Amino acid sequence: MDNIAGHKSSLTWAVHLSVAFLVILWLFPTVGLFVSSFRTADQISSSGWWKALFPTEQNLVIRGASPTDQAQIDGLYVIEGNIFDGRAIGDIAHWGTSSREIDAYKPGDVVELNKGGTITLGEDGTYRMENTEEFSGSRGQRIFFTATTAPEFTTANYEFMLFDPQNSEGMSKAFFSTLTVTIPATIIPILIAAFAAYALAWMEFPGRALLIACVVGLLVVPLQLALIPLLKFHNNIGIGKGYLGVWMAHTGFGLPLAIYLLRNYMVGLPRDIIENAKVDGATDFQIFVKIILPLSFPALASFAIFQFLWTWNDLLVAMVFLIDSSGETTVMTKQIVEMLGTRGGDWEILATAAFISMAVPIGVFFAMQRYLVRGLLAGSVK
Amino acid sequence: MHPALQGLITIIIGVGGCVGYFFFSNYLLDKFLLPARAMTAEQTALRRSLGTIFLFAVPALLVLALYVTAIGVGSIASAGGMFWLLVAVGLIFGLWRLKDFVFASGPTTAGHNISHANMIRPWLFLAPAILALGLYLTYPVFETLRLSLVQRNGGVGFGNYTFMFGEQKFWEAMRNNMLWLIVVPAMSTVFGLLAAQLTDRISWGSIAKMMIFMPMAISMVGASVIWKLIYESRPVDVEQIGILNAVWVAMGGEPQQWLTLPVWNNFFLMIVLVWIQTGFAMVILSAALRGIPEETVEAAIVDGANPFQIFFKIKVPQIMPTIVVVWTTITLVVLKVFDIVFTMTNGQWGTQVLANYMYDKLFRANDWGTGSAAAMIIMLLVTPILVWNVRNARKEMR
Repeated sequence: MDNIAGHKSSLTWAVHLSVAFLVILWLFPTVGLFVSSFRTADQISSSGWWKALFPTEQNLVIRGASPTDQAQIDGLYVIEGNIFDGRAIGDIAHWGTSSREIDAYKPGDVVELNKGGTITLGEDGTYRMENTEEFSGSRGQRIFFTATTAPEFTTANYEFMLFDPQNSEGMSKAFFSTLTVTIPATIIPILIAAFAAYALAWMEFPGRALLIACVVGLLVVPLQLALIPLLKFHNNIGIGKGYLGVWMAHTGFGLPLAIYLLRNYMVGLPRDIIENAKVDGATDFQIFVKIILPLSFPALASFAIFQFLWTWNDLLVAMVFLIDSSGETTVMTKQIVEMLGTRGGDWEILATAAFISMAVPIGVFFAMQRYLVRGLLAGSVK
Repeated sequence: MHPALQGLITIIIGVGGCVGYFFFSNYLLDKFLLPARAMTAEQTALRRSLGTIFLFAVPALLVLALYVTAIGVGSIASAGGMFWLLVAVGLIFGLWRLKDFVFASGPTTAGHNISHANMIRPWLFLAPAILALGLYLTYPVFETLRLSLVQRNGGVGFGNYTFMFGEQKFWEAMRNNMLWLIVVPAMSTVFGLLAAQLTDRISWGSIAKMMIFMPMAISMVGASVIWKLIYESRPVDVEQIGILNAVWVAMGGEPQQWLTLPVWNNFFLMIVLVWIQTGFAMVILSAALRGIPEETVEAAIVDGANPFQIFFKIKVPQIMPTIVVVWTTITLVVLKVFDIVFTMTNGQWGTQVLANYMYDKLFRANDWGTGSAAAMIIMLLVTPILVWNVRNARKEMR
């Protein structure tokens, strides 16, 4: 805008910097959880996620092979192996054999063991224990080492949370449960609202203004008020807690916004088209199905996205109307809340679960952002 | 049955039922009840007798049956029984009048039929919506009001309210809600306005906007997990994995349990909602900023105003109505805030808010009276916005 007067603002660089700062600030939390979901539990608890992109030093301990595996070579009893066990962890900086001195030796040092014999650890992680007598005991020698670990990411968390049949906390069931709640709860209110919006926009009847005022008023009624009366109602008519109840509840709660958005959009459609169709003998039903619905697609899409995001991300309505004591129908949001209680510090599980639940809405958001913005503008700017 | 299959069947039944209802009710009206042609007295007499059965007798019997099963004949003498009896009688009378309206006696003209059909049709279109809105939003308001007035001893009065006002947790929730009401809308609007103004001036602004807007798509539960990692605290001698503590320790502080710090923890929870809502404020305000007539800005530049003066003295006053709308919309979200508190602290350590207090009362303590009273407080706080919205909408209609 400053260019209008013919000079470029000296503040331009400051604007670029501020926007970059804002964007980073806003993305930072999400990125943190996202990166964490690709790290192992050890990595998460040993360093902050922002260090995951750089090599880190880790203190680890493992047990060597047990004395039952010892072999006799050239008259010596030998135990050999690799502490990395085939996994490339990184370079060993120093190592030790006692928890009090975990960094006593350098790679390659040959060290006397208390129990007799010697041990050496190479930089590549191979160790070799030698003794003139047989190694005794049943447990292997403990080896402490400090390794510099290259950045490493894994999809194991996702495999564990989504596809592992052994995992009782897996998200796949809750994922389908959420999907089952969401789809009917998005489609049915659109249909009901579209007809009502057409009547409110294009039909003349007494009480129309009053009805529109009611819809506007109901837009802001907190759904908290509806919890107990409707739960009682559902129990009375025999639905109880279940999918049917939650579909109906979401339909009821979503309707005011749906009617409001669609009516505002339909009112703006050109009057000529509708009147011409009427002159040609079309009934209201035909006009609605053949003309109004196709023309209202942007508004329908806007509301569909709203309702989808809202039902997918909902916690309260699902807890009240859907999830019974058996927990068979638990949705992802509720499962995450439960895991926060039982697995509070296990960030690899929490981060992965959260991202599984967030993936679909974020995908929808980026794919249909245009309609979302349009709906927001229609829904709140007066 | 597998829930996915059940869901599919419900979609088919629900959608099919809706479409079927709209189609057949209109079909019946146009082709059979009030066709767009003249009818003889015999034709109307047949329709009238059929109509008396299906539009009056059957629904009237249904109303009666509903009254007997739901209210009971025995309670006719009580105030509630009397009230519902009047409602039932009114309904039946209405059905009788409706039948007379639809089914004229004697011969009718085509014009009569068309005008009558056009009077009925809007209600066919509206019926499912009115039913759903009435049952799922209007009725609960009154039922909750009633529940909140039924005391523990079964009498009617303000016992639940006086009990609630005597609870320290309730006042904590009120205080926190007021804090939320001030901080969250203010910060979201300010950040949103800032982001809108800045991103409108640069080439990569739309990408920046998308990034700031993205938290809108994330559930409050997901956002809570994201921010809990930020506030994560570990013992002094261990490396901090929460960024806030990592920075704090790097600056020489002791690691803190941020979510248990009294009073401050409220602000740490509010930040989560600000983070979510800023994108919304930005999108709306950005559209409003673009709608400002360029001449006003040009005139200011010609008069030698600097960018800050242009922003605060020219642009902000012009988008003030939009700022108010954004502010009230976020206020509504704040009044109902539940997920964040429930997930992150569950109202412990002095972070209780009204919605979570209400949930505690309803579903943990099973105290429906107090829970309903708390819900009515939320409704009371929403009412000014409701009235304001309705008045605005009516003004616009004129």
